[in-house]
Amino acid sequence: MKAAVLEKPKAFYDKFERKGKTQQETTHYCPGCGHGNLHKIITEALSEFGVDDRSIIVSPVGCSVFAYYYFDTGNIQAAHGRAPAVATGLKRSNPESIVISYQGDGDLAAIGGDEILQAANRGENMTVIFVNNAIYGMTGGQMAPTTLVGQKTTTSPYGRKIENEGYPIRMSEIIATLEAPVYVERTALVDFKTINHTKRAIRKAIKNQIDKKGFSFVEVLAPCPTGWKITPVDSQKWIQQHMMPYFPVQAFKDVSDQRESMEIEQRDYSDQEVLDVLGLSQLGEKKQVPASFIENFPTQFMKIAGFGGQGVLSAGVVMAACAMNENLEVTWIPSYGPEMRGGTANCSVILSNSRIGSPLTTNPNVLIVMNGPSLDAFEDDVQPNGLIIVNTSIVDRRVKRDDVDVLYIPLTEIASGLGLTAAANMVCLGAYLEYTKLIDYKSLFEIVPLAIKKKHLVDTNLKAIKEGVKYIRENYSR
Amino acid sequence: MQKELIKGNEAVIKGALMAGCSLYFGYPITPASEIAQAAAYYFPLLGGTFVQAESEVAAINMVYGASAAGKRVMTASSGPGLSLKQEGISYCAGAELPCVIADIMRAGPGLGNIWPEQGDYNQMVKGGGHGNYRNIVLAPNSAQEMCDLTMKAFELADIYRNPCIVITDAYIGQMMEPVEFPTTRKKVPYKEWALYGDEKSKKNLVTSILMNTHLEEEHNKKLQKKYQTIAENEVLYEALNTEDADIVLVGYGIISRILLNVMEILRKQDKKVGLIRPITLFPFPSDFISQAADSVKSFLVVELSNGQMIDDVKLAVNGRKDVHFYNRMGGAVPSVDEIVDVVKKFI
Amino acid sequence: MTEEYVEIDLSLPSMKVVSNLCKGCGLCIEHCPKDCIEFTDKFNELGYKYAKYSGEGCTGCGICFYACPEPGAIIVYKKVREKK
Ligand SMILES: Cc1ncc(C[n+]2csc(CCOP(=O)(O)OP(=O)(O)O)c2C)c(N)n1
Ligand code: SF4
Ligand code: SF4
Ligand code: SF4
Repeated sequence: MKAAVLEKPKAFYDKFERKGKTQQETTHYCPGCGHGNLHKIITEALSEFGVDDRSIIVSPVGCSVFAYYYFDTGNIQAAHGRAPAVATGLKRSNPESIVISYQGDGDLAAIGGDEILQAANRGENMTVIFVNNAIYGMTGGQMAPTTLVGQKTTTSPYGRKIENEGYPIRMSEIIATLEAPVYVERTALVDFKTINHTKRAIRKAIKNQIDKKGFSFVEVLAPCPTGWKITPVDSQKWIQQHMMPYFPVQAFKDVSDQRESMEIEQRDYSDQEVLDVLGLSQLGEKKQVPASFIENFPTQFMKIAGFGGQGVLSAGVVMAACAMNENLEVTWIPSYGPEMRGGTANCSVILSNSRIGSPLTTNPNVLIVMNGPSLDAFEDDVQPNGLIIVNTSIVDRRVKRDDVDVLYIPLTEIASGLGLTAAANMVCLGAYLEYTKLIDYKSLFEIVPLAIKKKHLVDTNLKAIKEGVKYIRENYSR
Repeated sequence: MQKELIKGNEAVIKGALMAGCSLYFGYPITPASEIAQAAAYYFPLLGGTFVQAESEVAAINMVYGASAAGKRVMTASSGPGLSLKQEGISYCAGAELPCVIADIMRAGPGLGNIWPEQGDYNQMVKGGGHGNYRNIVLAPNSAQEMCDLTMKAFELADIYRNPCIVITDAYIGQMMEPVEFPTTRKKVPYKEWALYGDEKSKKNLVTSILMNTHLEEEHNKKLQKKYQTIAENEVLYEALNTEDADIVLVGYGIISRILLNVMEILRKQDKKVGLIRPITLFPFPSDFISQAADSVKSFLVVELSNGQMIDDVKLAVNGRKDVHFYNRMGGAVPSVDEIVDVVKKFI
Repeated sequence: MTEEYVEIDLSLPSMKVVSNLCKGCGLCIEHCPKDCIEFTDKFNELGYKYAKYSGEGCTGCGICFYACPEPGAIIVYKKVREKK
């Protein structure tokens, strides 16, 4: 025969040294406070499951802000209401850790209402212990979202009024309506039966996490004798008489048996895999280009404008990539946001042999206009002696200025002839390069296959470039 | 091709992944959304985590948790989102958690608009959240620097156990430029203080609460000392033609690129114009600006704000020379010619 | 220490209140089905009138242990059969 003992569970620190120099064996909680019972139940469960070494307790803001004084586990303190978000960060980082978000009713149901709902809804594999004492303990007995109708607190001195504060919020019921959580139960700390119930629920909520079943939530109706200004014994009776009728003590959801455990594969990735995924392994050596090409390259300040779907942004990208490939400096910047949704789009592209300052082409020396409004908008900005390329398929007027060079090309019709109206932009680039001879138009052939996502359209786009070249040769040979 | 033509915002994510970052938590906002989108695309392919958080508040607190768990982690947003993150950033600073936060600034106050501005300078460089803390703040002005400085941000954050901000404007975020990426991924160091969820690390506590006034004061002093060390060792700036300059232009982000053109144009007209571009906003290149003040006649600070960085320039110049100011706000960006005219008024 | 030394008789179940860790909340007394815990009229180091085992009647049920919010205030002893 030997003595079996019920004593301070192993997952408590022997001495609560973080608490300060004195009283290192008692908690900072008031006499009869429910937090203490819960700490005991949690530590006991962690020890029994043998997971205290890999557990991390998230201390909230509230009376249990100092929960880290007690748990001989990893400990972290979170901002008011954010414990489920912090727990998400912890758990996603180290899925094998056992993460417990421990929160009061102000923390969980008021300021952190969204964090708890969303963590639950994502089905984070974590355990949440929700201590519902119908009051803000730490800050001096103010009203909580769970404060009962008529209950007097320091901020509801005449009793909670429905007209002013609405009804107490039932978090378990709300969480249980979500699809993701595996287990939601409300318990209480009022007598032998309810305490045992709480023990079972908390064990289950932790076991679910160990088994990788997902989100478990235990709400515990717990006494706050100080906030309620009654004795510990009366506090338990008060829970029975007043809280339990409004907050039924029961399981609201338990599908842990039906849920598969969620294994998360973790492995290291080689540099090669990383580069492959990031699309960087296809990048090769710097191309050899004659020094004279770079030296003599006149900076191109391009503005390409049209309506959405005409490929003005991608024309700019392809042009910039092509010039980059020839070792030139390039920038591309789009109009973005609501402006694009209005149906018009434009981008600024700069190609240069030296470092580019501002990427904006307020005064372009190349303007490509795919539609009428773009010509109206930008014609006056073009530098004297600049070049304007007009898509005559859509723009029905001539350029008014006589100090600029103009190419009139039925870009859209040429592209339609190839069966791909959207390739008008490539017709344009072919024409632009053939006309200016700044870069061999064939250089575009190296870029287009990489730039175009729909691979079956690559050939047509290459043909479009050639059509642009052909149009210049036939109509604008210099 | 040796380089990739890529948007600044996407370069942030590729840089982050090469820096060993494995978790991203964020909430969409123009003009920073490409960062979240690139993260959503790439992180899962490399065993990392992307979570679209319910808010910026949640996002920064997820970052807090993941950083505490020893990982390299980041988030990104713009003005209104950064305002929401401030409490969490203060917690990270207080608990000495390394993390990287990108701020692609848009116009404000309030919802403002999505065009570029630099009105977040004070909230990111001076504190923004509560308490005596500083962020390390890096200000890229090209897509290449969006990658490089994001990678550097992870290093600095870990070295100093401090939040590190990559701050820029909508234009630098939206612009595509050639970027050369590193070819090896950085290894994340083991962190003695972190919570790995194992026996070895369970002694650790991550917290920013110290009820004892003496301990909280000591902690604050330790933080101030750390910021001092950062100020002594981590200043970065670019200086062009300052030696013989009569007037030095000062600007960061997109403004620094416009000022480069301004300087080039005026130099061609034999005007002695120089340029200082702070790359770190905290620590600020105060010593260099102070030295420059010995020889130059005046400074012109150009900002897309009501005048926030200018305070730091003035502190460095300390009344010895004139510090002129030119600004645009609300998303308007000055043209090169506009600033050339302004400079001419002062020389 | 004001703690009284209690002789533990392992032949019978018993409990002990570690007097200096007791906050005098009375919950153990309230819930003991055998009414074998009682308040002393002395104050402990924390300044509370603490509880103590009356000395007889304990069945080792453990109810007081879980009713007590303090981690180490109550210890319950009970003999069990050794596993073969
Ligand atoms: C952002 C923020 N707002 C307010 C507070 C102040 N505060 C600290 S604890 C608390 C209420 C906590 O109540 P509850 O979550 O019910 O926990 P209890 O103290 O009852 O255990 C409040 C409002 C804070 N720390 N942070
Ligand atoms: S105020 Fe209430 S919740 Fe806080 S420690 Fe005291 S009894 Fe517990
Ligand atoms: S173990 Fe049971 S019988 Fe013994 S003192 Fe405690 S409550 Fe009473
Ligand atoms: S329950 Fe614990 S703290 Fe309360 S009187 Fe009994 S032994 Fe003391």
